[in-house]
Amino acid sequence: MVVDKVIDKIKFSLFSPEMVRKISAAKISVPDTYNEDGYPIDGGLVDQRLGVIDPGLRCKTCGGKIRSCSGHFGHIELVRPVIHPEFAKSIFVLLKATCQSCHRVLVSKKQIDDFKAALKDEEIAEQMLASIKKLSKCPYCEAKQQDIKLEKPTTFYRGDKMLLPTEVREVLAAIPNDDLKLLGVDPEYSRPEWMVLTVLLVPPVTVRPSITLETGERSEDDLTHKLVDIMRINQRLEANINAGAPQLIIEDLWELLQYHVTTYFNNETTGIPPARHRSGRPLKTLSQRLKGKEGRFRYNLSGKRVNFSARTVISPDPNISINEVGVPLQIAQELTVPVKVTQWNLEECKKMIMRTEYPLVNYIIRPDGKRKKATEKSREELSTTLEPGCIVERQLQDGDIVLFNRQPSLHRISIMCHNVRVLPGRSFRLNLAVCPPYNADFDGDEMNLHVPQTEEARVEADLLMKVQDQIISPRHGRAIIKGQEDHVSGAYFLTRKSAEFIKGEACKILSIAGIYELPKPDRGGKYSGRLLFSQLLPKDFNLSYVSKLCREKVCKKENCEDDGYVVIKNGRLLSGAIESKGFESELIEKIVRDYGSDAAREFIDNATRMSLYVISKQGFSVNLTNYTIPEEGRKQVEEIVENAKREVDSLVVQYKNKTLARLPGRTLRETLEERIMMTLSKARNNCEDIVENHLGPENTSILMARIGSRGSILNAIQMAAMLGQQAVRGKRISRGYKGRPLIHFRRGDLGAEAKGFVTSSFRDGLNPKEYFFHSMGGRESLVNTAIRTARSGYMQRRLINALQDLVVFSDTTVRDAGGAIVEFVYGGDGNDPKKITKGGEVMTGPERE
Amino acid sequence: MGLADFRLSHFLVPKHDVLAKSRREELLSSLGVDENKLPKIKITDPQVKLLDAKVGDIIKITRKDPTRENTYYRLVVK
Ligand SMILES: [Mg+2]
Ligand SMILES: [Zn+2]
Ligand SMILES: [Zn+2]
Ligand SMILES: [Zn+2]
Repeated sequence: MVVDKVIDKIKFSLFSPEMVRKISAAKISVPDTYNEDGYPIDGGLVDQRLGVIDPGLRCKTCGGKIRSCSGHFGHIELVRPVIHPEFAKSIFVLLKATCQSCHRVLVSKKQIDDFKAALKDEEIAEQMLASIKKLSKCPYCEAKQQDIKLEKPTTFYRGDKMLLPTEVREVLAAIPNDDLKLLGVDPEYSRPEWMVLTVLLVPPVTVRPSITLETGERSEDDLTHKLVDIMRINQRLEANINAGAPQLIIEDLWELLQYHVTTYFNNETTGIPPARHRSGRPLKTLSQRLKGKEGRFRYNLSGKRVNFSARTVISPDPNISINEVGVPLQIAQELTVPVKVTQWNLEECKKMIMRTEYPLVNYIIRPDGKRKKATEKSREELSTTLEPGCIVERQLQDGDIVLFNRQPSLHRISIMCHNVRVLPGRSFRLNLAVCPPYNADFDGDEMNLHVPQTEEARVEADLLMKVQDQIISPRHGRAIIKGQEDHVSGAYFLTRKSAEFIKGEACKILSIAGIYELPKPDRGGKYSGRLLFSQLLPKDFNLSYVSKLCREKVCKKENCEDDGYVVIKNGRLLSGAIESKGFESELIEKIVRDYGSDAAREFIDNATRMSLYVISKQGFSVNLTNYTIPEEGRKQVEEIVENAKREVDSLVVQYKNKTLARLPGRTLRETLEERIMMTLSKARNNCEDIVENHLGPENTSILMARIGSRGSILNAIQMAAMLGQQAVRGKRISRGYKGRPLIHFRRGDLGAEAKGFVTSSFRDGLNPKEYFFHSMGGRESLVNTAIRTARSGYMQRRLINALQDLVVFSDTTVRDAGGAIVEFVYGGDGNDPKKITKGGEVMTGPERE
Repeated sequence: MGLADFRLSHFLVPKHDVLAKSRREELLSSLGVDENKLPKIKITDPQVKLLDAKVGDIIKITRKDPTRENTYYRLVVK
């Protein structure tokens, strides 16, 4: 692209009344819109010189028709001037900065010269305004200055006397040009008296089109309503003035005119009631059109709506690949892919048009750009007249390339490229392994789908955004598309030492994963789970690691009692069981690195399916008795609680006697709190062994915590033994009544229970006091998440706006939209974060074909 | 006295040099840009003052980044 002209700066200035009259195509003189015949009234607010919105009519200014004329401005002559509400602040500043008698700026000549000598032109105005502050006397005419007040939004006072807009305008008009320049106003473009309106610019009708309801009734735009109001009051004011009405009545009407003009610009002006529609709905005036999330900028300009997209609820489907997305038939029939008709596919396309059931052709675009709908009737004709150069829009089919997205789109993997699988039902289906990048769950989440319409877009999506190429997250270089929860539990049950299956079960497990070759049995006549799992691994896969299942300080390797030593030789899992970290970091990440993303996709698809089959065959569940600790254990927990309470009490006594040894940098009180918190959290942690021993290693909670598939030991402790200390702002609970959180405690009680230590477990249930403390802690975390999302969302917006057009070029430099270099080597080393492994070396494995 | 030494020798301050006139063309053509597309450095920057560079000169900065040594270029501006 050749750039002839570069914008250096943009200057904003005020419209003068002359300018408004000059660009105006019509003076509006009638406070009405259409006459009885439904024709625009001449001189009304939809005067035909302002453009046209009705088909068939012609613009009286340019002769254009509905689309060819973009409309022309008009104007209203205001009988009395009114303050432009958005400039009230600027007017206030100018009134305060100038003399009330001679209208010179209230800064002495000497000081102005000093400023001019010391400062740049742009900085003078700021310094001038700062130095005015409280001058009670004009340095030029010595006149005493009265206090100027602005009563929001548009009323000015000098001393106790209210200034009428006419007076304000006179004062502003009297400020000399040279003094305005010092105040940062360029009088050639913006005289301050123009901030007080004497004529009002009326936007073209095309900006405020009316809509015709089914009843044939016309419904005008809010802006038109507002302009009608302004016109009405303006006329009444004129009539009253001409009739010589008393000043009081005139001023009332004048004030009303000011109100209407103020709300015309901004109907959310503070200090005045919003103007309402007859129905009671506040009118949407100029500011409301532009401002905020639903305004012109954020809604229409930076967020446009698109065609060829769909949105519905999502639900899980472990049987489709991570690369796929299940699309409901109804959606597939609505979305289309354009197919260019050539001499080579002409016959095929004709057959496609003639089809009577899905997949059909929805539209045919003729070479002249005309769009024809393919219907049962038109099919025959359309297919016979089909010729190369036409475009056939066929319905979405299996294998089509689409983009799938879940909001909020916080990172690149919030939008990925999937292959279509048309399925019955009404929801989008997705593999559970792709939930983490989208942060999706199935409690009613909805997702969006987009169909790329050009070959280039499809190729780009497939090459850059395909799910299988996003298995490693660029954020941390670890797998983000991976088995979770039951996938991991299932893999553990499949690969632990005791897992073995008879031939029939083995065949089922393998065939579920798409493997139809049965290996030789390795446990007498039976098949070990490890053997079956091994069938998923590449044949030359070698690996050994000690997993977190091992509870010894130093693993006994081959003799590990916890299945913690994992050895894979030539694609055979010889020892050890799979847990979460091993599944994702050792297996998935290594397969991506060494065998490429095709192998990794296959592994994730098949391993998760196999695991789910195993875990659902064997059953994996929870009931209340799983969390019942026998009497012996309960005694132990009680003892821990009693000891902790006793210790706390003794700390409190020491505190009261002042014999407590102060911690460095802490007050005595802080020391006490810290010691108590430590004591109580130690008490809860001491329950770990009791809970683990009494619930047993096969307890589902304990098991899941150990495998890493869901939850932690703490969850089991809280369910079976005790909740422990509840906290607000990281401290024991202290808010509520004077000296005590609840009236059920004595004032100044510093003991464990009075400050939110909960000794009950979820299984036993909480007493009312404990329940209250727990709710206080729960409230805090709820509020925090709400605040965090709001804050991080706004930060994300600002970051994206600042970074959106930075691009990494092929020479690894980063450049902005103007081609300016931002970084010489991307990231300081030119490496793709997706391809950096744990050790810092760069991945060299096979790329996808 | 000590100040100049400090600016030259502090371990957090990377090495600044004025890019030789003869290397200029080579750098700009390898990047395929004119000098205005380079990042800027103020002539009032302590390191630039030390080098006695003029507006329009290109400063070459050699810095040890966490992974390797990199060179950065800055155009001296007013
Ligand atoms: Mg959800
Ligand atoms: Zn026109
Ligand atoms: Zn004066
Ligand atoms: Zn071990």
